[in-house]
Amino acid sequence: MLSTLGSVQTLSLLEFELKYVLLQEPSLYTVKAVFILDNDGTRLLSKYYDPELYPTMKEQKNFERNVFNKTHKADNEIAFLEGMTIVYKSSIDLFFYVVGSAQENELMLMSVLNCLFDSLSQILRKNVERRCLLDNMEGVFLVVDEIIDGGVILECDPQQVLQKVNYRVRLSLTTSVCPSMWMCHYF
Amino acid sequence: MIKNGSNPFQHLEKSAVLQEARIFNETPINPRRCLHILTKIIYLLNQGEHFGTTEATEAFFAMTRLFQSHDQTLRRMCYLTIKEMANISEDVIIVTSSLTKDMTGKEDVYRGPAIRALCRITDTTMLQAIERYMKQAIVDKVPSVSSSALVSSLHMVKGSYDVVKRWVNEAQEAASSDNIMVQYHALGLLYHLRKNDRLAVTKMLNKFTKSGLKSPFAYCMLIRIASKLLDETEGGHDSPLFDFIESCLRNKNEMVVYEAASAIVHMPNCTARELAPAVSVLQLFCSSPKAALRYAAVRTLNKVAMKHPSAVTACNLDLENLITDSNRSIATLAITTLLKTGSESSVDRLMKQISSFVSEISDEFKVVVVQAISALCQKYPRKHSVMMNFLSNMLRDDGGFEYKRAIVDCIISIIEENPESKETGLAHLCEFIEDCEHTVLATKILHLLGKEGPRTPQPSKYIRFIFNRVVLESEAVRAAAVSALAKFGAQNDDLLPSVLVLMQRCMMDSDDEVRDRATFYMNVLQQKQKALNAAYIFNGLSVSVPGLEKSLHQYTLEPSEKPFDMKTVPLATAPITEQKTEIAPVATSKLPEKLAPSRQDIYQEQLSGIPEFQGLGPLFKSSEPVQLTEAETEYVVRCIKHTFARHMVFQFDCTNTLNDQLLQKVVVQMEPSESYEVIHYVPAASLPYSQPGSCYTLVRLPDDDPTAVSCTFSCTLKYLVRDCDPNTGEPDDDGYDDEYVLEDLEVTVADHIQKVLKPNFGAAWEEVGDEFEKEETFALASVRTLDEAVGNIVSFLGMQPCERSDKVPENKNSHVLFLAGVFRGGHDVLVRARLALADGVTMQVTVRSSEETVVDVILASVG
Repeated sequence: MLSTLGSVQTLSLLEFELKYVLLQEPSLYTVKAVFILDNDGTRLLSKYYDPELYPTMKEQKNFERNVFNKTHKADNEIAFLEGMTIVYKSSIDLFFYVVGSAQENELMLMSVLNCLFDSLSQILRKNVERRCLLDNMEGVFLVVDEIIDGGVILECDPQQVLQKVNYRVRLSLTTSVCPSMWMCHYF
Repeated sequence: MIKNGSNPFQHLEKSAVLQEARIFNETPINPRRCLHILTKIIYLLNQGEHFGTTEATEAFFAMTRLFQSHDQTLRRMCYLTIKEMANISEDVIIVTSSLTKDMTGKEDVYRGPAIRALCRITDTTMLQAIERYMKQAIVDKVPSVSSSALVSSLHMVKGSYDVVKRWVNEAQEAASSDNIMVQYHALGLLYHLRKNDRLAVTKMLNKFTKSGLKSPFAYCMLIRIASKLLDETEGGHDSPLFDFIESCLRNKNEMVVYEAASAIVHMPNCTARELAPAVSVLQLFCSSPKAALRYAAVRTLNKVAMKHPSAVTACNLDLENLITDSNRSIATLAITTLLKTGSESSVDRLMKQISSFVSEISDEFKVVVVQAISALCQKYPRKHSVMMNFLSNMLRDDGGFEYKRAIVDCIISIIEENPESKETGLAHLCEFIEDCEHTVLATKILHLLGKEGPRTPQPSKYIRFIFNRVVLESEAVRAAAVSALAKFGAQNDDLLPSVLVLMQRCMMDSDDEVRDRATFYMNVLQQKQKALNAAYIFNGLSVSVPGLEKSLHQYTLEPSEKPFDMKTVPLATAPITEQKTEIAPVATSKLPEKLAPSRQDIYQEQLSGIPEFQGLGPLFKSSEPVQLTEAETEYVVRCIKHTFARHMVFQFDCTNTLNDQLLQKVVVQMEPSESYEVIHYVPAASLPYSQPGSCYTLVRLPDDDPTAVSCTFSCTLKYLVRDCDPNTGEPDDDGYDDEYVLEDLEVTVADHIQKVLKPNFGAAWEEVGDEFEKEETFALASVRTLDEAVGNIVSFLGMQPCERSDKVPENKNSHVLFLAGVFRGGHDVLVRARLALADGVTMQVTVRSSEETVVDVILASVG
């Protein structure tokens, strides 16, 4: 069943171009989806902005699984899967993905990914790893909200994002804390 | 395991979290704890946890209390919660006043996000209430407020266009903001509001291209708008819009440069000279350290190579450097681009390179590789053995349906193009169907095996592969396997006894279709008659399937003593493709092929609606349209010739290109050169400016001389003109008769013959027999090559080339062409033309048919 879904959505590059390039309407809706996975491919955060793209949770998770399988081994920055251009970046045990349509300007998607990564990196004081991210999840939600609004790039300057979010990293409520943070003696 | 413990959100229980949310009601509010609970709720929603309306509404209402707290992050998380729950909770508009307060308040940190949350829960009627605030927000001096208002407006255009379009002046003002994001968002909103007004878009473009923008995003947007406008207005490449796009190639920002290059590459009808500057910036990007930029560049170059391979040759060196790129997508695109632009000598090296990492790339790119191979095989047929090897390896790898289908199609086309690769190709395909999960591919390959296998030197080796399918597979595949087996039995006498034994086993299959086929073939094969085999096993039905359906339905409506006559069914116009002869796979295939009515079926329908054409019988053939006027004349007329058993109907599609005339009672008068008799004209009642209309002429074919198949008609368009006002289209009361001379119309032998594909020509040749065989030799003095001769004969006779005999192998002095067709009236006709190249081409034509006059007609017309 899974393979059936996968192959129906698989369109070749060429078909995609025939289908969409000529019809492309200039628009601000650049980002189709953004998600952060851990090194098991488990979703930590994900936002889909195009209601027609993977409308159900099952399809979304399939897509994420497929993307993860194809990208987690090599840090290649960009891939083309299921008719989507995907730019990505990894850090320790985290994977960040930004998804756009096949004919989207790849560099625009890159600027979104870079902004997301740099903003989080500053918020988490360079500890871009799963534990620290999860301990500051509200900050992560707010950063994503400031960068993309409904698929439109709202801001792509990390300094601006930080200023708007105005979020201070803090220790988690649970007994555990970010170990690396202790070592850095930020606190 | 340690890691699981470290996820504070692991094993979250929705009910427990909702329970915790009760502390929202405690006083004083504990911001830190509440924040954590909101985070948990959003996290759960994000994981796909389902919230019922009641519980969601309850949590939502509790959350509204948190607006009393002044903790910034908590407030921000409330906005997020509102957006996340907007669709699952009821009465979310309860927070409208809180959000409106934040939106207009003093805290700039709150204002932008509050606007976005507010617009998320606002509908058209409520929007009017906050319209004033929105207008103010759009022109607010704080960029985040202005951007939020602009983007939210854009989201609301879909539902509340009429309200949002009133904000166009504010958006205009925001567009001149110094902030790059505000500029970008304003431009996006303005375009969205004006996109249906081309003049306004043009003005907007002029303004911004002149004043210049700061934001690279806005530049990209402008380039897209400009190229769309260029495309719609079919503006020449000397237009200022094109100049603007070209000037962006010199922008400082790579994003803009790439957008401009991509826009130029995608323009239709771009000349090599116009492409050159775009190609050279892409060439620079090829050596960028950024993978995304290299990818973007090589992907775009790949596209250029499809249409203008020579424009890309300059980049060959840069592309060579990319074939070892660690990003396999980039390497694949580089190699497939080089395959398009490079020479035959580089093929082996590139194929070796690509096979070293083909398993690492995604299916999408594998399909790209297969397409490149397919194109190469046509370009360099001598390379087919390298390709076949490569394809068979790919076929063994894992992959989805699209990928496998691409490979199978590619192998099949190689087999058809290169007879010497047939056995290797079939062997690979046999191996593939041993473990193939795709029914459509398995049936397709079985059909091919049935067609090609019996004529190989060792047909017996395929039987095992085919019969394995009967034992192991689904109904559709089993049925296809039975059909394939039958073909082996029919072609090879020594295999027949074994095939009959296998067939007997298939007659006990659990599926109806499989049993029916087996029983049918068993009985046909037992007759051991070549003609029966040819008609019922090798060459299936050649009628149009929708036509057959209609005829059978008609037959059941009018009970008659006479048996159903297949000859009354219109023939299929396109040669029947392999898929369609297999009836079974439709039900199980994932993408069922619909039998769309063919062009001829549509004509049949249209003509039968005209009372004068009742009783002509089924439509036999419709020709391609023939132009009877030059392009860009006052009236444009083209003719489609419809052939019936004893009549022809000429359909004239006329267009009046004069906006000050209305034509009425339009007919095309025809004067035949032979004994054809015009019996009826059906006029087009009225022909207003630029609205096409059709008139018809019915002609009886000469009965006394069946060999008179060709005829020339001189044609004149006759009509009543009523002058009219070009602006209103209002015609004068009076008109006058006028006429317009058209070009002559030819009816040739091809109009009397319908193409029919005989998959096994030899069997059909035997089936028709030599009762009316005639043979003659001709010299084609003016023809210089065999290819040209073949092309001429095929187009002259209008018959279907069989066994791919229309392809003349290279460096041969002689060739045999097989043609099949049905002559008007339903007589099969087959032509075998032996061609020899000496000084000019000598042609020996042998014609067989079930009717003697047909043979004479063909020979007479060739002579």
